Amino acid sequence: MSRTIAIEPVTRIEGHARITLQLNDEGRVDDARFHLTQFRGFEKFCEGRPYREMPALTARTCGICPVSHLLTSAKACDELLSVKIPPAAEKLRRVMNLAQLVQSHALSFFHLSSPDLLLGWDSDPARRNIFGVMTENPAMAKDGIRLRQIGQSIIEMLGGKKVHPNWAVPGGIAQPLSEETRDAMRKLLPEGLVIAKRTYAFYKKLIPQFAKEAETFGNFPTMFLSLVNAKGNLEHYDGWIRIKDAKGDIVEDMVPTDEYPRIIGEAVEPFSYMKFPYYKPHGYPRGIYRVGPLARLNNCNSCGTPFADVALAEFRTLQESQPVASSFHYHYARLVEIIYALESMDRLLRDPDIMATRIRARARSNRDEGIGIAEAPRGLLIHHYRIDDDGLMTWMNLIIATGHNNLAMNQGVKQVAQEYVDGSKLQEGMLNRVEAVIRCFDPCLSCASHAFGQMPIHVELRNAEGHLVDQLKRG
Amino acid sequence: MIQTPTPNVRVVTFKIDDRDFSAREDETIIQVAWENGIRVPSLCYLEGLSVWGACRLCVVEIVGSPRLVSSCSTRVAEGMEIRTDSERLQAYRRMILELLFSERNHVCSVCVSNGHCELQNLAQQCGMDHVRVPYRNKVYQVDSSHDLFRVDHNRCVLCSRCIRVCDEIEGAHTWDSKGRGIDTQVITDLNRPWGESDSCTGCGKCVQVCPTGALVQQGTSVGEMHKDRKFLPYLSRMRDAQ
Ligand code: SF4
Repeated sequence: MSRTIAIEPVTRIEGHARITLQLNDEGRVDDARFHLTQFRGFEKFCEGRPYREMPALTARTCGICPVSHLLTSAKACDELLSVKIPPAAEKLRRVMNLAQLVQSHALSFFHLSSPDLLLGWDSDPARRNIFGVMTENPAMAKDGIRLRQIGQSIIEMLGGKKVHPNWAVPGGIAQPLSEETRDAMRKLLPEGLVIAKRTYAFYKKLIPQFAKEAETFGNFPTMFLSLVNAKGNLEHYDGWIRIKDAKGDIVEDMVPTDEYPRIIGEAVEPFSYMKFPYYKPHGYPRGIYRVGPLARLNNCNSCGTPFADVALAEFRTLQESQPVASSFHYHYARLVEIIYALESMDRLLRDPDIMATRIRARARSNRDEGIGIAEAPRGLLIHHYRIDDDGLMTWMNLIIATGHNNLAMNQGVKQVAQEYVDGSKLQEGMLNRVEAVIRCFDPCLSCASHAFGQMPIHVELRNAEGHLVDQLKRG
Repeated sequence: MIQTPTPNVRVVTFKIDDRDFSAREDETIIQVAWENGIRVPSLCYLEGLSVWGACRLCVVEIVGSPRLVSSCSTRVAEGMEIRTDSERLQAYRRMILELLFSERNHVCSVCVSNGHCELQNLAQQCGMDHVRVPYRNKVYQVDSSHDLFRVDHNRCVLCSRCIRVCDEIEGAHTWDSKGRGIDTQVITDLNRPWGESDSCTGCGKCVQVCPTGALVQQGTSVGEMHKDRKFLPYLSRMRDAQ
C-alpha cells in the first residue's frame, strides 16, 4: 500500500504551506508536492481602482518585502505616465531596494536558517530556532539582529515607516533627501559591512560540513533567470533579463523587461494556488528555472563592488562545474549579496546627485499598459498593469519571486525526500530537511498566493494503482 | 435650514457639560460648543453650509429629556443643560461610525486621504477600534472621467457637503443624489460621468469640503490629498452680504 505523509505546516517560512509525499509500493518516495492553500486574490480586487493606489495597495501583498512591491509597482506606474523619473529619485529608490535586500536576507539567514546551520537538522526542534542560536552563539544572533535593523533603519529613514512606506510614487519619490538623513544612513553602513564580512568568513569555514546537504538540497540542473545591468553585472532595480542554462551558456540576454511575456509562461496546477512560471521556448515543465540570489550570482559577470567581487569568486569555487546548481548555496549567495548591497548603498549615498530636490516627474497617464520589473530579495518581481482612458485598472498580473521558484521547490522537496525518507520510519531529521530545503529558497507564501479564482482545497490520496483511498475537502 | 441671524435676537444662558454659557438664541448647540473648544464630533455639519442633520454623530443629551438631539440642528435655549459626552453618547457615536465603515470600503491604508481624513480622525477620536457588524463589501465604481478630479463612491459617507457647497456657494448644482437609503449615491448632472458634466465649473469646492477620500484631486498618491477649506467662511459671508 502506498502512503502519503503530510507535513503541515512548515515552520519558519513566511506564510503557510503543506507538503505531501507520495510513497510507492516499496515505501520509496514517488512524488512530492508543495501545496499553497492560501488564497488572497489581489489581482481581482485591484480592478477598477485608480492606478495611483497600486504602489501602496500591492505593498500590502506582503509584510516581509513591501518595499519590493512598492518599487516595482511605482516602476509600472512610471511607464503608465510615460516618464523618465529624475536621477535622484532613481538612485534613492535603488538605496531603498538594497536596504530591503539587506534586511530580508538577514532575516532569512540569521533568523530562519541559522538554527539549522548552527544546531543541526537533527537537533531538538524546541531549541532549533533563533533563541537556540542565542544560547549557542550569542554573538552571531546579535549580529543578525543588528544587520536586519540596519536595513530596516535605512528604509525607515527614507520612507518614514519600517513597513509599507508610501514613499515611492508614480513618477519618482515623495520627499527629497535631507543631509541629516543621508549622513545618518551613511553612518550605519561601515558597521553593517563589518558584520556582513564577519558572518561571511564564519560561514565559509562552516561550508565543508554541509557537503551532504549541498549534494542533496535541490541540487539539480535548471536554468537561471535574473536581471543584469548594461555591463552584464549584478543588478536589482532595472536592467535586462538574462537566462543561463544549466551548463552556464547564455540562452537569453539583454531582453528588455517589457518583453517578459515572450519568454515567461505561467502554468497552473490544480494542487496549488501558486502559478508555475516556466521558460516559454522550452515548454512546461521542461522550462524550469530558478531566480533569486543564486540565479543572480550565477548570471552576472561580476558584482561591481570590491568585497562582493572577492566573495563572488569564492562562491564560484563551491562547485566544480558552473553555474552553482545546489539550492543549498542560496544561503551563501545571500551573504555575498548583503556585502554587495552595503557597498553599493555607500557608493550611491556618496553621489551628490541624490541631494537634488527634483525628485518627481509629474504627468497623467499617457499609456494604457505598464510593466515594472525589479529584483526582490527572493528573485524577479513583475508587475504588469493595464488601465482604461480614465486611469482605472482594468487588468493586472503579478509574477512574484517565490512563484518563479515554484517548479524548482517541488523538485527540491522530491529530491531531499527521496534521499532521506525511508518508508518504514519517519525521523524528525528527515522532516526538518524537507522543510529546510524549502527554506533555501526563502519562499514568501503570502505574496505567492495572490492568484485569483476560487478553488476549493481538496486533498486526494491515491495508491499505486491510482485508486482513491482517502480524501480531504476543505472550504 | 437654519436662517441667517436676524437682528434683535435675545441672549440666553444655559450649561454645556456643567459650564455656564450665554449666547444668542439663534445659535445652535454645536456652534457654541465649537466656539468654546468643546469638540462635539460631526461629519455632515460644516460651518458656512446649510445644516443637514443627517450623520447623527453630533447628538447630545438635554437634561430632563430622554431624546437625544443633534446639536447642529438644535438651538440653544434658556436654562438648557446639555451634555456632550457620556457613555451612552460614546456608544451611539461608535456604533454610527462602525455602520459607516461597514457600509462602504474605507480602506485607510491605501487611500489618498490617509492621515487627513475626517472619518479616520473621528474613528480615532471616538475610540472605534473595530467593527462589530459585517461589512457589506459592495463594490462601487470609481468615476475618474473628470480631468482634474475623481469620485470614489467606495469612500463616500453621504454627508452631502459636496451637494450643498456646489449649490449654495458655487451656484452650479452639479451634484445631487440618486437612490434611497443605503443605496443612495451622489451623482453629477443627471447621473452622467463627471467628465461629461455641462454644469460643473471645475472649481473644486466639492473636493475641498468632502470629509473623506471620496472626492479627490487627480494625480495624488496615497496620503497626499490635503483639503483646504479656508475659502468657505469667507465665501459664505460674501454670499450672505449680497
Ligand atoms: S462625496 Fe464626499 S462630500 Fe459628497 S457626500 Fe460623499 S463624502 Fe460627502
